[in-house]
Amino acid sequence: SVNPDLASERQTASFSVEKLTALLDGGAEKTRIRRAVVQAIESDPVFSRENQYFQSQNERYEAAVRKAVHLQKKMHEMGWTENGPEYKYIYRALSGDVAFLLHRVFMRSISLLGSDKQIAKWIPLATQHQIIGSYSQTELGHGTYLQGLETTAVFDITTQEFILNTPKISAMKWWPGDMGRSATHTVVFAQLYIHGKCYGIHPFIVQIRSLQDHSLCPGITAGDIGPKMSFEHTDNGYLMLKSVRIPRENMLSKFCEVRPDGTYVRQGSQKINYFTMTSVRIAVISDEVLTPLMKACTIAVRYAAVRRQSKLKPGEQEAKILDYQTQQEKLLPQLAAAYAFHFINDYLQELFDRGYREIQRKNFDMLPELHALSSGFKAMITHHSTAAVEICLRACGGHGYSLLSGLPSLYTKILASCIYEGENTILLLQTARFLIKCFMAARAGHPVPPSVTYLATVKPGKCPAKSKLDFLSPDIYTEAYQHAAVRLISSTASKLQDLIQSGVKKYDAWNQCTVQLVQAAKAHCHYITVKNFVATVEKLETKAGIQRIMKHLCDLFALHGIFSNTGAFLHDGYVSAAQMDMVTASYLDLLAVIRKDAVPLVDAFDFTDKSLNSALGSYDGQVYQRLYEWAQKSPTNKMSPAYEKYLKPLLHNTLSKL
Amino acid sequence: AAAMSMNADLRRERAAATFQPELLTHILDGGAERTRRRKEIEALVLNDPDFQHEDLNFLSRSQRYEQAIRKSSLMVMKLREYGIADPEEIYWFKSFVHRGRPEPLDLHLGMFLPTLLTQATPEQQDRFFMPAWNLEIIGTYAQTEMGHGTHLRGLETTATYDPSTQEFILNSPTVTSIKWWPGGLGKTSNHAIVLAQLYTQGQCKGLHAFIVPIRQLGTHEPLPGITVGDIGPKFGYDEMDNGYLKMDNYRIPRENMLMKYAQVEPDGTYVKPLSDKLTYGTMVFIRSLIVGDSARSLSRACTIAIRYSAVRHQSELKPGEPEPQILDYQTQQYKLFPLLATAYAFHFVGAYIKDTYHRISGDINQGDLSELPELHALTAGLKAFTSWTANAGIEECRMACGGHGYSRCSGIPDIYVTFTPSCTYEGENTVMMLQTARFLVKSYTQVNSGQQVTGMVSYLNDLSRQRIQPQHVAARTVTMRINDPSSLVEAYKARAARLVEAAAKNLQTELNHRKSKEDAWNRTSVDLVRASEAHCHYVIVKLFTAKLAEVSNAAVRAVLTDLCLLYALFGISRNAGDFLQAGILTSAQVTQVNQHVKELLAVIRPNAVALVDSFDFHDVHLGSVLGRYDGNVYENMFEWAKKSPLNKTQVHESFHKHLKPMQAKL
Repeated sequence: SVNPDLASERQTASFSVEKLTALLDGGAEKTRIRRAVVQAIESDPVFSRENQYFQSQNERYEAAVRKAVHLQKKMHEMGWTENGPEYKYIYRALSGDVAFLLHRVFMRSISLLGSDKQIAKWIPLATQHQIIGSYSQTELGHGTYLQGLETTAVFDITTQEFILNTPKISAMKWWPGDMGRSATHTVVFAQLYIHGKCYGIHPFIVQIRSLQDHSLCPGITAGDIGPKMSFEHTDNGYLMLKSVRIPRENMLSKFCEVRPDGTYVRQGSQKINYFTMTSVRIAVISDEVLTPLMKACTIAVRYAAVRRQSKLKPGEQEAKILDYQTQQEKLLPQLAAAYAFHFINDYLQELFDRGYREIQRKNFDMLPELHALSSGFKAMITHHSTAAVEICLRACGGHGYSLLSGLPSLYTKILASCIYEGENTILLLQTARFLIKCFMAARAGHPVPPSVTYLATVKPGKCPAKSKLDFLSPDIYTEAYQHAAVRLISSTASKLQDLIQSGVKKYDAWNQCTVQLVQAAKAHCHYITVKNFVATVEKLETKAGIQRIMKHLCDLFALHGIFSNTGAFLHDGYVSAAQMDMVTASYLDLLAVIRKDAVPLVDAFDFTDKSLNSALGSYDGQVYQRLYEWAQKSPTNKMSPAYEKYLKPLLHNTLSKL
Repeated sequence: AAAMSMNADLRRERAAATFQPELLTHILDGGAERTRRRKEIEALVLNDPDFQHEDLNFLSRSQRYEQAIRKSSLMVMKLREYGIADPEEIYWFKSFVHRGRPEPLDLHLGMFLPTLLTQATPEQQDRFFMPAWNLEIIGTYAQTEMGHGTHLRGLETTATYDPSTQEFILNSPTVTSIKWWPGGLGKTSNHAIVLAQLYTQGQCKGLHAFIVPIRQLGTHEPLPGITVGDIGPKFGYDEMDNGYLKMDNYRIPRENMLMKYAQVEPDGTYVKPLSDKLTYGTMVFIRSLIVGDSARSLSRACTIAIRYSAVRHQSELKPGEPEPQILDYQTQQYKLFPLLATAYAFHFVGAYIKDTYHRISGDINQGDLSELPELHALTAGLKAFTSWTANAGIEECRMACGGHGYSRCSGIPDIYVTFTPSCTYEGENTVMMLQTARFLVKSYTQVNSGQQVTGMVSYLNDLSRQRIQPQHVAARTVTMRINDPSSLVEAYKARAARLVEAAAKNLQTELNHRKSKEDAWNRTSVDLVRASEAHCHYVIVKLFTAKLAEVSNAAVRAVLTDLCLLYALFGISRNAGDFLQAGILTSAQVTQVNQHVKELLAVIRPNAVALVDSFDFHDVHLGSVLGRYDGNVYENMFEWAKKSPLNKTQVHESFHKHLKPMQAKL
C-alpha cells in the first residue's frame, strides 16, 4: 500500500500528471511506446539491477556483457530494430548498465570516417558481433589536446602497411571503454607519418585480440585500467602498440587517403567531424544527464515527503522534512532545473536537426553556432546537474549515503559527464571565443547567428520592477539575464582589446581573461535557458493546469539563478539593492507554492521503481521497510571469515598469537 | 617499479619556492618538536611490515573490512606496547595505520570507552571498563535510528523497567525504531550503549543510555531477542561495519543503565540527574575535530591536484612552444589556489577551536561556563561551513585532474567518499547553521534592547550606532585597502552585521503576521542560514588574519599573507552581491577585487607546489598515484592498473561464458 504521506501529496496535485508525462515524452503515443519497452526489459530477470550494489567490479562487468548479449536476442524477439521508435528507450530502460557502448561508437566512426568499401567490409562484421570494437583516442598524457597525441602510424611503402607504435608511456591509449577485456578491434587515432613527414591525427582500424581464443595479438599490450568512481560495468582499457603492422586499407579514408606510392590525398570537407562532436554532446545531455538528474529529484523529493523529523509546531506530529524552507530551497530549484534543461534539450535537438538538414544540402553556415551552443550547454548542464544530484544526495541525510538509496551511483555516473566529450572549462572557452567574435561582428554591424543577435542591441537602462510581483514577469527577469550576459561579454571583450592594445601578445591576453570568459559563456547559456523556458511555457496548452505549474517552475528557475548570483545583477546597478530584496521575497514565496506540487512533479518523470533502484525513492514510499529488507541481503551479512581469523583471537585476548 | 628520480617539473617547482616548506610544516603541526614526533610515529607505522597490504581499491568490501579489523587489532596492541597515550599521538598512529579511513573499532575507542568513563558509576566501571579496555568487550554507541537522526527526542526505542525482576525490557517497536548506522555494530561489537526512552512507573522519562550485550561471548552469535547485522554497501566507509539492531522484549539487569547521573531505584523510582553541561563540551570537541578534518581532507585533495597540475602538460599557450604545465592556465589556478588558501584558513580555524576548547574546558572544571554558549554556537556553524566548503572543494580538485581524477588511483574519490558524510553526522549542516543563527538572533535582540554583547559577535554592537544615521547604506561603505587583510576583515564584519540584521528583521516581520514562532522561524530559515554563513566567513577571515602576526619567519609570513589575501578577496568576489547590496563596496571596488584575485594567482603560482609540500603528507598516507611526491605519474598509473582485479587473467571468463557462445550462434 502507498504510504499515506505520499498518497496525500498526490491527491492535491494542481495538474494532470499523465498529461505532463506525455508532454515530456513528446506525445501520449511516445509515452505508450516507452512504457512498453520499459515493461519488456524490466520483466526480464537477466536485466535486473537489484543486486548491482552488492557486486564487485568483475561481477558488474560480467553482468554487463551478459546483458549486452541477451539484448541482441531480446531485440530480435520483440521485433525492435535500430531504426525503430523503440530503440531510443532501450538504453534508458537498462539505465545504461550494459556493455558494448563503445562498440557502437566504433561502428559510428567507421560509418562516418570510412570509405564505402570500408563500410561494406566492417559494418556487417560488427553488426553481427563477429568482431567487437572500441574507440581509442585518449592517451595517458593527452585528452583535451588532440594534436598532442603521441601514438604514431608510419607508412611502410615496401609492404604497403602502417606500423603503429606507442613510443612512450604517456602515449599509451587509456580510458577507451570495452577495450580492457572485450574488444577484438579498435579505431586507433595516431599521428600519420609518410616519408618522415607528419600529416597529423588519423584513424586506423587495429585488431587487438584473436578471434579464436581472445588472446592478445602480437605487439599488443592491453588490459583494464582499474577501479573508477563508477562505470564498474565498463572495462575501460589501456593499449600499448609495439610495431603493430596493419594493411594500408585499414586507415579510415573517407576524407584522407594514403595512396600505394605514399601520396597523401585529402578529399571532402572535414567540417563534418565537428558535427559528430556536436551530435555526441547533445546525446550526452539527454541520455547521461537529464535522466539521472530527474531520478535524483524523484528520490529526494519522495523521501522528503515521507521522512518526518522534528516539530514545526508544538504538540503536532513531527513535520515532513519537505515542509522545511531550507529543504525546499535545496530540492525545488533542482527540480525546476530538470525541467529547464529538458526544454533546452528540446531546443538544441531541434537546432541540431535543422543543422543536419542544412549540412546534407552542403550548407555549413550553422556549424559555428551549433558547435558553440552544444559546447556551452553541455558544460553548463553537466555542471549544474552534477551539483544538483549531489545536493539531492546530501538532502537525504545519512540514508542518502547508503548505496541502497540509489543516489551515490547516480552521482558518480553523472559527474563523469563533466569531463568526457570535452572538459567543461575548455568547452566554455570555446563558446566564449564564439561569443567574443559575434560581439565584435555585431558591434561592427555585421550579421550574426540568431541566438546571439541580442548582443547587437544593448539597452543601458535599469530594471523597471517596482514590487516583488513584478519579478514574476518573464520580461523583467529575461531582460535582467540578457543585460548581465551582455555586460559580461562586452566588458571581457574590452578587457581583451585593452590588453592587446597595451602590447600584450594575443594568446597571453586570452589566458589573462579566461576566468572572465568562462563567466561570460555561462551567463550566455543561462540567459538562453531562461529565455527558452519562457518561450516554451507561452506555447503550452492552458488546460489541465500544465501551463500554470510550468510557469511557476520557470519563475523559480530564473529567480533562483539571480538569488544565487546576485553580484552579477547588482554589479552595474541594473538591479538595485531594494529590487534584490524583492527577488529574494518572490523566490522564497515560490518555494511554498511549488512545494504543494513537488511530488506530482517528480511522478511526472514516470520512472518505475526498478529503474530508480532506490530504497528511498519508490512510488509507494515504504522507505524504511524496504531499506531494512534490502540491507539484510547484503553479502556482508553472510558469515565473514574475519570473525574466526581476527575477531575471535581479539575478543579472547590472544592478541599475541596473531 | 624501479626506483625513479624526481620528475623534472616538480624539481624545478621546488627549487623556485621563496620559502622553506619545513618551517610552514612546523607551524601547521604546532612546533618543530611536534613535527618530529609526528614523523617518528609515522615511521613506526609505515615501516612496520604488519601494516602492509594490497591496495584497498582492488579488494571487495568484505576483504576491506577484514584488513581493517586485522590492522585495528594489531594497532591496539602496538599502541600499548609503545606506550603511546597522548590523544593526539593516538590519533596520528591510527590515522597512519588506516590511512585516514574509518575503522571498525572507532566507536569502541571513541565513544564506548569514553562514555563509560563519563557516565558509568564506579560499580559499572568495575564491571565493564577493564574488559572493554582489554577488548574482551567490544562496544559501540547506538543512538541513530532508521527514522530519527537529527531529532533525538523523537527516538522510538523503549526501555521499560520491570520492578518484579529488576530488569529493563528493551524494544524496537516499529521498523523506524531499528537502530541504524552505528559503526562497528554490524559485525564487530558484542556490546552496545543503546539510547532509549525510559519508561518507569508508567511514565516516560526521556532518553537514557543502557549497556546492552548483543552477541554471545565465545561464539559471537547474536543473543536471543537481538537481531543485528550490517546495513549494506555505502558510498564509502567500506572498512566500517555500520550496523542495525532490533530488540524484541530483550531484558537487561537494572544495573546496566548508565547511572552516574540519572537513576532508577529497585522499586522503579526515578531519580533526576543534576544538570549535565559536559555533553555540551563533548559536542564542541567532536565538532572541532570535524573542522580539523575538513582542513586535512581538503589539504590532501589540493596536494594531489596541484602536484598533478605541475606534471601534466596540455595544449598550447604560446604558438610554437612546448605544451605548458596545466598549472600555468589561469582557469586552473582559479580552481585550485583559492582552495589551497581555504585549506590553510581551515587549519588555523581548527587549531583555534581546539585551543579555545581546552582553555574553556579548564574553566568548566572550575565552574566558569560563561563562554560555552558562544563556543557551542560558533562550532556548530563552523562545522557546517568548513565541511560544506571542503566537500565541494575536494570535488573541484578531482575535476581539476580531468579524466584521471575519476580513476580510483588518483585517491581523490576515496577522500571524497570518506569525507562527505561529515556534512551529515554529528549534526546535519543546515541544522547546525540554524543553531548558530539562533545565537546570532539572540545577540542581535540583546543589542537592540540596549545590552552590549561580547566575543565574536561584538560587531553587532555597532549596529545600534549606525542606525542613528539616516543614510545607512551609503554610510557603511568602507575605505577598503585591498592589500591589507585587516581592512578586509572589516568588510566581512559589515557584511555579517548586515545579513544578521536583515534576517532578524525578516523574522520579526513574520512574527508580526501573527504566525506561530516556529512557523515564523521556518519561513525565515533561508535568510538565517545566510546570516550564519556570513558570520562564520567573517570569523575565518579574522582568525586567518590574526594568525599572520604570529609567524616570525618573514618568507613564510609573506606567502601566508598572499594566501590570506586570496582567501578574503576570493570570498568577496564570489559573494560580491552581498557586499554590493549592503553598500559595503562599490562596483568599482568589486572590479578591483576581481582583478586583484587574478594578480594574486600569478603571485602564488611559483610557491604552489611548496605550499602543498608543507602539508607533509607521506605518499602512503596520501594514497594517490597522481599526487606522488616524485611526480612519476604515468609509469605508476600503468603499474597500478596491471594489478586491477579485471586483469587477474589474460582472457576474462566472460569471454568463454558469453562472448564466444554469441559469436558462435550468429
